[in-house]
Amino acid sequence: MTTTETLAVRKLRPSDLGRLSTVGLRTRKLRAGLSALGIAIGVAAIVAVLGLSSSASAGLLNEISALGTNLLVVENGQTLTGGTAELPKTAPPMIGRIDAVTQVQETGAVAGNVFRSPLIPTIETNAISIDAASLGLPRSVSTSIAQGSYLNAATAQEPVAVLGAAAAQRLGIDRVFAGERIWLDNQWFYVAGILKPAILAPAIDSSVLVGFPAAQRYLGFDGHPSTIYVRAQSSHVNAVDNLLAASANPQNPSQVDVSQPSAALVAQADAQGAFDDLFLGLGAVALLVGAVGVANIMIISVLERRSEIGLRRALGATRGHIRGQFLAEAVVLALIGGAAGVGVGALSTAVYASTKHELVVIPALAWGGGIGAAILIGAVAGLWPALRAARMSPTQALWSM
Amino acid sequence: MTIQTTSITTGGFDDDRLLSPNGGDRPVLQVDEVTKVYLSEPPVTALRGVSFSVARGELVGIVGPSGSGKTTLLHLMGTLDRPSSGHIRITGLDIERLSDREVAALRATRIGFVFQQFFLAEHQSVLDNVADGLLYAGVPQAERRARAHDALATVGLDARPHARPNQLSGGQRQRVAIARALVGQPAIVFADEPTGNLDQATGQAILGLFEELHDVGVTIVVITHDRDIASRMGRRIEMIDGQIDYDSGYNSSSTSPTPTSSNPSHDKAFRS
Repeated sequence: MTTTETLAVRKLRPSDLGRLSTVGLRTRKLRAGLSALGIAIGVAAIVAVLGLSSSASAGLLNEISALGTNLLVVENGQTLTGGTAELPKTAPPMIGRIDAVTQVQETGAVAGNVFRSPLIPTIETNAISIDAASLGLPRSVSTSIAQGSYLNAATAQEPVAVLGAAAAQRLGIDRVFAGERIWLDNQWFYVAGILKPAILAPAIDSSVLVGFPAAQRYLGFDGHPSTIYVRAQSSHVNAVDNLLAASANPQNPSQVDVSQPSAALVAQADAQGAFDDLFLGLGAVALLVGAVGVANIMIISVLERRSEIGLRRALGATRGHIRGQFLAEAVVLALIGGAAGVGVGALSTAVYASTKHELVVIPALAWGGGIGAAILIGAVAGLWPALRAARMSPTQALWSM
Repeated sequence: MTIQTTSITTGGFDDDRLLSPNGGDRPVLQVDEVTKVYLSEPPVTALRGVSFSVARGELVGIVGPSGSGKTTLLHLMGTLDRPSSGHIRITGLDIERLSDREVAALRATRIGFVFQQFFLAEHQSVLDNVADGLLYAGVPQAERRARAHDALATVGLDARPHARPNQLSGGQRQRVAIARALVGQPAIVFADEPTGNLDQATGQAILGLFEELHDVGVTIVVITHDRDIASRMGRRIEMIDGQIDYDSGYNSSSTSPTPTSSNPSHDKAFRS
C-alpha cells in the first residue's frame, strides 16, 4: 500500500459543505442579515427597474397587438411648393382594389369650429376639428361607440354629429340624450353618439365627425378625403404599404404620406426603458457597496474564528477545505441577499404594475441576472478572506488566542 | 459540579480497531534528532536535537516549564508544523516526505487532539461536536454520529448526546473534546494541558479517564507544565531549554518506571 493511498484526502460531501457554509450565518444571524441586506437592495433595485419598464412596455405592446398592427394611414402630404396636397376623391376606391386590403375608411377635414352653444365666445375653439367620416370608420381604427350610436346611411345625410372622446370631454358632454345639439360652424347639429378613445388614430379623438353627404350639403365640404385608414392582411402589410402612395394618387405619389401608427407606439414602448441605464447604474453601485460589506464581514469572521480554523486543521482539514468553507459561506451569504432582492424587486414590480393595471413582467434577465450577480459577488468578495483563512497557520490559529 | 467517572466500556469501540491503522509493531511516534528554529530576529532555537519514540499503548507525559519547547514539540508531533531538521514519523510515515494535503489526511485519520480550551462549537450538539472529529476522514454523517455515540459512551457522556456544550460543566466539556479526539480511533492522541482550565477535582477525574483509556490500549501523549500530572503518567519526559532532560522510559505498568536518563539524580529530584 502506498503512502498516497493510505493518506487520501477526502473531499467534503456536498451536504457537509452546505452545513459548514452556514455555520457563520447561523451563529451570527443579525450580522449576516445586515450584510446580505446590501446585496438585497442592489438586486432589488435592478430587478424592479427592469421589471417595471418591461411591465410598462409589455402593457403597451399588448394593447397594440390587441388593436392590430395592420392599420396603415394615408394622409395628404405637401406639394412641391410647400402647400397642403389634396388626395383625389378616387383614392379610397383605388386603394380598395389592392388585393390584400381588407378595409378602407376615410375622413375629410372640414373647415370650421365647434361650440357647445352659440353663446360661447368664438375664440374658445378648444382645438376641436370637424371631419367628414365614412360609415365604417370606428371598426377600422379599433374603437367603438361609448354612448349613443355612430353615423348610419340616414344620419350621414343630416346635420348629425358623433363626438370623438377628447372632443366630447372638451365640449363638456359625457352622455347623449335625445335632442342634444352642438353649435357646429354656425348651425345646430344633433349629437348621435360619443366614441371611445381611438389609440391608433388619436386625430379622431379630438374631432367631431359628420357624414360625407352632410358635410358637403351643410358645411361646404369639397369631398376630398384627407386621411384614409387602410386595414391590410397582416402578412402583406409591407407590400400594401409600398403600393398605397401610388394607388392613392397615381399622378403625384410623392404628395402622399403613408404611416403605420402601431410602429410609432412600439417605438414609444421601447422608449419606456430610456432611463433604465441610470437606475441600473445605481443598482450596480448598491451591489458594489454590498460586495464590500460581504468582504468586510468575511474578513472579520475569519479573524474571529481563528480557533475554529485551527481546530479544523487539527481535525484534518486541508487548506482547500478551509478555503472552500469560507468561500461557500460568502456565496451563500450573497445568495441569500440576492434571493431576497429578487423577491422584493418582483413584489414591488407586481404591486406597482397592478396599481397601473399593467401586465406584471419580470424578465428572466432581471431575476437570473440578479441571482447570478449575487453569486459572482459572493465569490469575488469571499475569495480573499477565504484565501486568508486557508493561509492561516494552524499553530498560530490555535495557540495565539 | 458532578463528574461522571464511569469505567471504559468497549461496546462498539473495538480495541483492535483503535490501533489498526498503525501497522505492525513500529513505534506510533518517532522523533529523530528534531530541531526547530524560528526565523525571527534574532532566530530562536526552540528544540535542539530531540529524539525519542512512543510505542503503541503508552501514556506519556511531557513536562517542562514555560519556554522549554514542549509546545513546539507538540506542534511538530501533531504535524501542525514541520521541523527545521530531523524527522518525525507517525506510524512509520515520515512527515518530511508527505505533502501538506497528505499530512492533513494523516491528522484526519491517525491523530487526535485534546486542547486546554476544549474548542467546542457552541451552536451544535455534543454529539455533532464529537462527530466532527470524523468530518475530514470521509465518513458519511450517519456513521459519524453512530461512532460519536460510541465515543461519548467511552468517556461516560452518552446520556446527553443532544445537549449543547454550554449546558455542560468544564469537566464534561473536556470529556466531549476527548471523545472527539477518540472518535476517529487515532493511532495517537495529543493532549495539551488538558486540565489547565479545570479545577483540581475535575482535573483529577480527567486524568483518571486518560488512565482508563491507557488501560484499553490508547496511545496518549499529555503535554503539561505540572509535575504532579506528569507523575501520574506511565512515562514522563522532562524538557528544559529545548532538550530532553530526563526520560523515564517506556514501562507497560505506570507504577514503577525505569529511568533511562543519563542523570539518575534527576529522578529523585523530580519525585521530591
